[in-house]
Amino acid sequence: MQRLFLRNEIHGTVHLYIGQEAVSVGVCSALQDDDWVAATYRGHGAALARGMRPEALAAELMGRSTGACGGRAGSMNIVDLEHGLIGCFGIVGGSIAAATGAGMSAAREGRVAVAFFGDGAANQGYFHECLNFAQVMRLPVVYVCENNGYGEFTPTDAVTAGGDIAARAATLGMPAQKVDGNDLEAVSTAARAAVANARAASGPAFIEAMTYRHVGHSKSDPGAYRPEGELDKWLERDPLSVVRARLDEKQAAEAERVVEERIERAVETALAAPYPEAAMTRAREYAP
Amino acid sequence: MTLDFRTAIREALADELERDERVLFFGEDVAAAGGVFAVTPGLRERFGPGRVIDTPISELALAGAAFGSAVTGLRPVIEIMFGDFMPLAMDSLVNQAAKYWYMSNEQASVPLVVRCAVGAGGRFGAIHSQNPSSWYQGVPGLKVVCPAFPGEAKALLKGAIRDDNPVLFLEHKRLYSLSEEQTPENGALSAGEARVVRAGGDLTLVSVMKGVHDALAAAALLAADGVEAEVIDLRSLRPLDLRTVLASVGRTNRLLAVEEGPALGGWATGLVGAVAQAALEDLDDVWVLATPETPIPYSPPLEDAFLPGAEAIADSVRARLRLPAERS
Repeated sequence: MQRLFLRNEIHGTVHLYIGQEAVSVGVCSALQDDDWVAATYRGHGAALARGMRPEALAAELMGRSTGACGGRAGSMNIVDLEHGLIGCFGIVGGSIAAATGAGMSAAREGRVAVAFFGDGAANQGYFHECLNFAQVMRLPVVYVCENNGYGEFTPTDAVTAGGDIAARAATLGMPAQKVDGNDLEAVSTAARAAVANARAASGPAFIEAMTYRHVGHSKSDPGAYRPEGELDKWLERDPLSVVRARLDEKQAAEAERVVEERIERAVETALAAPYPEAAMTRAREYAP
Repeated sequence: MTLDFRTAIREALADELERDERVLFFGEDVAAAGGVFAVTPGLRERFGPGRVIDTPISELALAGAAFGSAVTGLRPVIEIMFGDFMPLAMDSLVNQAAKYWYMSNEQASVPLVVRCAVGAGGRFGAIHSQNPSSWYQGVPGLKVVCPAFPGEAKALLKGAIRDDNPVLFLEHKRLYSLSEEQTPENGALSAGEARVVRAGGDLTLVSVMKGVHDALAAAALLAADGVEAEVIDLRSLRPLDLRTVLASVGRTNRLLAVEEGPALGGWATGLVGAVAQAALEDLDDVWVLATPETPIPYSPPLEDAFLPGAEAIADSVRARLRLPAERS
């Protein structure tokens, strides 16, 4: 995706998910098809983990008519309701609000709603208001904080009082766990417990997944503020390598080949797709 | 039989809660206490605490929960206690709810209603008296409904709850105790249609909510001077029924838009601009009467002077028509 961006095929900006893959894959592996997910502007991983077609995702990033939202939304705002993705939200904390509301619907139907958000969102009003709201109403929401160590360009520690985001949730009375976000199995185990808790109508649960983004915040950010050696240390614990080490070599190589081919095909298909017609003849302000 | 504004709102909520299991109503102090303006008592007892719900004092969560529940199959109605609190709810309404239908390429609409008490005249001061209608008028995808009469408020609220789009439904605090003869008609009314509430050939007065009553009172004063004003109640500011206004101006050639709010950036200024753009040749005169460009004052004489009431409207018309000031 970064290469496509540099080729001017992806427009505006893009927030890459590289390094955090185990979080959304682990959490979504614990969900049923009809559960709801709300993600962030760094939501491509969550979208794919929910089963979104890579063609639809790639085409949306490239602003093509075959994109998940016909090119209307772009990278930060993808919606795919068919796969339970309420949306990716471009404002920090927005996913928390959306999933909390989805929890009100989910409660009626034995479903669960999940919010993915970053450590930066822990300092937004949405975090405090919605977690309290969900807890007093016993809503089946799983809040997943992807703590990648930086809110945009600023280290989490410098702007987060108390230093422990999971502890903030725990004070509200909901089960809160801190997990190694680069370990797929650890995330998936934590998610199964949190989802089971929510589905049993016991109320919300919280997971803080400790992880790291291997690239800058967005396309304009080379990540120069990171201390020397920090990235290398995290690369040693790359979530894909962690999983790979547990697979047999032949299995792993085959899986990589299949995924690479799948992505290549998606990108080729998207690149061949037309842009939307510029005349806004189909635009309707309101649902009829 | 008479119907007062409070009861009209409550009956609309009750009818829709009864009619559709997916409708639920939540807000601060709305359930057990029945609302700080006593609009919603009895609903929780009738429909249960699972559908009529007291929430924390958390406007971000309220609006966010309305969006998230609407997009996943419910039809939430929330109450934001005062219009002045609407900025807190703005992200979910403007960035999430209003854009969703278009931005998702029509994957889903967002059937939510925000009820909100607005308006000045109650000595509530600068931050419990504002009317946020113009802040929201410029948001594509949102509807802004501003009723003036109890029966129509009931029908418009029912229409708003049945609407598949997000609707901001504004209730003027000075109208809550207003009563009128109840009409037998009991249906739902969609946003986007203005109504001529008084016919007249000399000029057109346009307003919403309490301003419609002020305009009607001003029209009665002007009639004594031999000036017949047509009065139009827009009933919603988005969608805006420009056609009804243009038809009236085509007959009267004069337009005064009265807004309880500042003129700069207000809906009245926007309306006057739209009419000028579409029908300049019809116009002999066009102007706006609004509030001063300051916050709303608290002290009674200050607040009374601040608001464009019936006398101010009539005086403004006399001045523009170069009639002598009121004789009495």
